[in-house]
Amino acid sequence: MLTLETSQLTRTFGEMTAVNAVSFGVESGEVFGLLGPNGAGKSTTIKMLTTLLPPTAGHATVAGYDIARQAADVRRVMGYVPQALSADGNLTGYENLLIFTKLYDLPRSERRKRVNDALAFMGLADAANKLVRTYSGGMIRRLEVAQAMLHEPEVLFLDEPTVGLDPIARRAVWEHLSQIRAQTGMTIVLTTHYMEEADSLCQRVAIMHHGTIAAIGSPNELKASIGKPDATLDDVFLHYTGDDLESGGSYRDTSRARRTARRVG
Amino acid sequence: MTHPVPAAQPAASASATNATGDAISGASEITATTHPGKPGNAHNPSNPRALRGKPTNPIAYIASFLKKTLTIGEWEVRKLRHDMTDVVTRTIQPVLWLLIFGEVFTRIHAIPTGNKSYLDFMAPGILAQSVLFMAIFTGIAIIWERDVGVIHKFLASPTPRGAIVLGKAIAAGLRSLPQAVIIYILALILGVHMNWNPLALLGVVVIVMLGAACFSTFSVLIACTLRSRERVMGIGQVLTMPLFFASNAIYPIAIMPTWLQAIARVNPLSYEVDALRALMLTNSSSALGLGTDFIVMIVMSAILIAIGARIYPKLVQ
Repeated sequence: MLTLETSQLTRTFGEMTAVNAVSFGVESGEVFGLLGPNGAGKSTTIKMLTTLLPPTAGHATVAGYDIARQAADVRRVMGYVPQALSADGNLTGYENLLIFTKLYDLPRSERRKRVNDALAFMGLADAANKLVRTYSGGMIRRLEVAQAMLHEPEVLFLDEPTVGLDPIARRAVWEHLSQIRAQTGMTIVLTTHYMEEADSLCQRVAIMHHGTIAAIGSPNELKASIGKPDATLDDVFLHYTGDDLESGGSYRDTSRARRTARRVG
Repeated sequence: MTHPVPAAQPAASASATNATGDAISGASEITATTHPGKPGNAHNPSNPRALRGKPTNPIAYIASFLKKTLTIGEWEVRKLRHDMTDVVTRTIQPVLWLLIFGEVFTRIHAIPTGNKSYLDFMAPGILAQSVLFMAIFTGIAIIWERDVGVIHKFLASPTPRGAIVLGKAIAAGLRSLPQAVIIYILALILGVHMNWNPLALLGVVVIVMLGAACFSTFSVLIACTLRSRERVMGIGQVLTMPLFFASNAIYPIAIMPTWLQAIARVNPLSYEVDALRALMLTNSSSALGLGTDFIVMIVMSAILIAIGARIYPKLVQ
């Protein structure tokens, strides 16, 4: 049963083809990872699937709704955690979530309970009424996951969910994502360039390179596929993307990642 | 078919605390509505689940649009409530204009202002100016929201684009009301002949909000086009000069050279000032027609917001 399906999904920016005829499916209840060096097309793919960016060609469905023709419906059935830490620092954690219960049309009588449940689940109950600018990076990230789940989406999209977090905060985010999946069966699609993250969270991963999918399968299948004993996902990654691990990333990406790291630090 | 926010948490992680102070705790007492993992939870394309809150007729659509607009406005107002510094510092500039520029020019009688004193004449102009100066830099906040991903989250939610832009315009209006209060208090102290008719006061509130909506949305359009904080800042500074001085804010249009009069007459600020002058003062009437003033401000704001709704999503593309 496919919850998400893309077919020949393509996006060009002028001369540059960021995503080139990408086709894949994500099973319901699966945690699916999009891997790749910076500039491989992961974020562009996520932006198309979350209706932020119209595709140039091809199509895709999220929970059965077409991302181009039924964008407004797609927005009601998916949750999205953007790459940068986007919770509003000038509001409390509670207020951040409350605003989104209204934007997602949750009934007035349920709002308070949903917000409190979501905060408690993410281990933020004690910090609910503190301004988010006093939160640590890991807490902000968990708040954002809580916000993206308030409306019980069919699919949760996370763009680089742990970029800029220290290893311990990163592990806490992973644990929460695993629990979400175990308890709700929610489908999760995430992008990452941390191999460890893909290995520990994802049932299946697609390795993107120059806008196409270079390999797709479970982490173990991919490790077996390169014919190297005791291969790690790092080896798989290098095998399919060559030495791009070092070279990718525009000035703007880098400056954004640094800024995120600074906000978090 | 729903999967509620999971409310229960395994005890194993309930006591874990990490070095950054991120307590992964506190949820174990909440046990309601635990949902067993059920992979069959997914959406069945042939039998779509009812989409919560999706408006199904035009009236429901308009109601939903207004509700979302107010939610966006609420978001901005809540931010303001936590940090009033900006609102407070923004009141300093109009105070200085009225106290220094106003007092001096009232004494030298250089500008023909008919039967009112120069201070009377300029008080509404300074209110319009302070609203303009505050609104014209709204775009900088939009760029910041783009950089940190706030805009992405709002655009990925079922919020009409027009509601986001309109909600921000209303918030800009609410942000300028404290300036009106300060100018009223100061004008009262300085002996400006203020009109306290409740209807006139309401009119002032509406015009101030329209002015803020108009110029803040203009700034949002600039931000969506130029896409960088520095450029928005630069253009904002370049634009405030001609908008302010090619208007009737601190001298009447009649004393301008013809070419400048032509510019002043297409400048929305002139209509805002004209309406404020008619509504704020006793013994004053509109030079351009109060009805015209309101229509110009409403139409300008509506056009800018409609354009904004179209180009705002491009900011993240």
